[in-house]
Amino acid sequence: MSDVANGPVLAADGTPLKKRLGQALFRSKLRAFGLVVPLLLLILMAFLAPTLVFLKRGVYNDEFAKVMVNSQPLLAAWDAKSEPSDEMFNALHADLVQSRKDKSIGRVATRVNRELSGTRSMFTSTARKAEKMEPPFKDALIDANKKWANIEVWEAMKISNKSWTPAYLANAVDLKYNADGSFERKSEERRIHIKLFVRTMEISVIVTLLGVLLGYPVAFLMSSLQARTANLLLILVLLPFWTSLLVRTTAWIALLQGEGVMNDLFVLFGLAEDQNRFSLIYNKTGSLIAMTHILLPFMILPLYSVMKTIPPTYVRAAKSMGASNWTAFWRVYFPQTIPGIGAGGILVFILAISFYITPALVGGESGTMISNFIDFHMRDSLNWSLAAAMGAVLLVIVLFLYWLYDRIVGIDNMKLG
Amino acid sequence: MKLKSLLLGAAATTLAAGATAGEITVVSWGGAYTTSQVEAYHKPWIAETGNTILSEDYNGGLAEIKSQVEAGNVTWDLVDVELSDAVLGCDEGLLEPIDPSILPAGADGTAATDDFLPGTLHECAVANIVWSTIFAYDSSKMANGPTKIGDFFDTATYPGKRGLRKGPKANLELALAADGVAAEDIYDVLSTPEGVDRAFAKLDTIKGDVVWWEAGAQPPQLLADGEVAMTTAYNGRIFNAVAAEDKPFSIVWDSQIYDLDLWVIPKGAPNKDLAMEFLAYSTATEQLAAQASYISYGPARKSSAPLVGSFHNKPDLAMGPQMPTAPENFGTAIQNDFEFWADNTDELNERFNAWLAG
Repeated sequence: MSDVANGPVLAADGTPLKKRLGQALFRSKLRAFGLVVPLLLLILMAFLAPTLVFLKRGVYNDEFAKVMVNSQPLLAAWDAKSEPSDEMFNALHADLVQSRKDKSIGRVATRVNRELSGTRSMFTSTARKAEKMEPPFKDALIDANKKWANIEVWEAMKISNKSWTPAYLANAVDLKYNADGSFERKSEERRIHIKLFVRTMEISVIVTLLGVLLGYPVAFLMSSLQARTANLLLILVLLPFWTSLLVRTTAWIALLQGEGVMNDLFVLFGLAEDQNRFSLIYNKTGSLIAMTHILLPFMILPLYSVMKTIPPTYVRAAKSMGASNWTAFWRVYFPQTIPGIGAGGILVFILAISFYITPALVGGESGTMISNFIDFHMRDSLNWSLAAAMGAVLLVIVLFLYWLYDRIVGIDNMKLG
Repeated sequence: MKLKSLLLGAAATTLAAGATAGEITVVSWGGAYTTSQVEAYHKPWIAETGNTILSEDYNGGLAEIKSQVEAGNVTWDLVDVELSDAVLGCDEGLLEPIDPSILPAGADGTAATDDFLPGTLHECAVANIVWSTIFAYDSSKMANGPTKIGDFFDTATYPGKRGLRKGPKANLELALAADGVAAEDIYDVLSTPEGVDRAFAKLDTIKGDVVWWEAGAQPPQLLADGEVAMTTAYNGRIFNAVAAEDKPFSIVWDSQIYDLDLWVIPKGAPNKDLAMEFLAYSTATEQLAAQASYISYGPARKSSAPLVGSFHNKPDLAMGPQMPTAPENFGTAIQNDFEFWADNTDELNERFNAWLAG
């Protein structure tokens, strides 16, 4: 008897019950996992992998080292101070001849030109002549273009030669990475990224605050009205939410421009002179107005869903015990809506920080955000590595703020409904 | 001899008719410019060969070509690009080399290599037109309009907003020209740090009055809406607004900056052979001359010049004097230096963007 009591509980077929249970659980877990596999794969393949591959471009660029195979080890070993050796010139010549043949010289030239402006044509034009050159190649190269004797050109090549490089990340925060491994700030008239990161933060914070200010009363109204009226209001909130972003932005252009509806009204009511209309668009004001409007539903919906769950009896109880309207709201009602504000706030902020279509259309110069510059480097300057580095910096900022939010408010305290 | 060429022609026609009709995607700058190409190149080619053309618009630059080639998923067959992009793209291996021997001889029998204007045939590109950046104003709103590039920067005498293309290209050259630098010295001055400072200092004087445009179709619209008093623009766009829409715009040719547009074929284009055929067809003497009756861009072939007549639906509007290359327009013209821009675009873009955001 005691044997059975102390031994493991057995299932009908004699195996320990614990093991059977584990098997059953494992099978159901496997089934559940099987159900999420398609989504998991989609996220991995279509989102995570491309993101990581692209982020890698921000720190890894082998356009130079891949092509300039002869120069590569010599440049890596060079101290960036002494005169470039004859051997380095010979290697450069061999690489120029080869890269001209396989049409890769343009990429190399573009890569070095990013480090030192004006070197692009040195590479392409010298490469055209390289095949006919005769040794000694040092003199021949300098004959073709006297700038080959400049040590800055070689320094730029040494920087480009590093495939794993902090140069782009440095550029993304307005620093210059030097051949000897040091960093320095860029000259005043070329600093722009920090300014844009700060502006992006500023606009996103203001849009979030405006969202709370404007969205809170609407959500409150909806939660306190009868279901029928509330649903009608909800549709009014959702209608613009379902409308294309582009359409809403363009509508704001019609409303806000110099000869637009708003300014016409201002003139009509004597708030502005006809000759001196307000500039409400193609500047920061334009970005702020349009973005706040577009992101407002993301604030109202979580707020509304949280407010609906707060029993009205709490406020009545507070009032019955002598609280003033304000105290009842501030001490009893408001604290219960914080999860909604948190959820709405973080949604709006993270969406705002990466906005780019709206600022591109209505932001003018002063309303331009960092995403517009990432876009610029993707489509215009074709400096994808810099775009990736700027994206990485933005991602780090967002993750940091998320962490900060978690520390201060607590992520568990967020409620999406 | 005659019989032989006749037979060859007949054989070619049978071949063309025998082959199954294909489709190519041709990409250009949109608006009046694409219209001129559709009328002069696409329609006759489609009628002759039975192939179809999918016409797409873009705003210039190599970004799309680069992404398509690098992703190995090229959808464009033929693209109309600026000279600097043709050179850059060729150097970077993004474009197919083009053998000039596929180009037909001129109508007068001159070999294609001699018939094209100097510098218009490139390793990977064939030019179709010469175009120009000019500035224009609405003459119904300004009785004594500007005549010199200096007037563009003189907001005291000529009040009102100014339209400029968003980017350093052309703007820095115009700023220096307005500051008194002679056309042939512009790029020498701009190659020095002091020259760049000088150009930006000149732009500073009108910075508060500038409306920036990006697409070629915008400047005529800005002028028509009265958003700007003067604006830089591509000369053909302004001409088209005047000729086709009867807008009261005037062009100031002083210090015009002229450049080429060229056909290029992205590396790995899906219908490369057909695109080559269309490229050769569209840059023949007749087609280039026909295009010039729709828009005031100069044909890249010498043999096309004598065939240039009048605007397609206005027989009394001669196209010759509307061209950037007409002698009366060409006096102070600046040739866009693609090598300067290939070398300095990055740095000047950075500087320009910082200047703009500051």
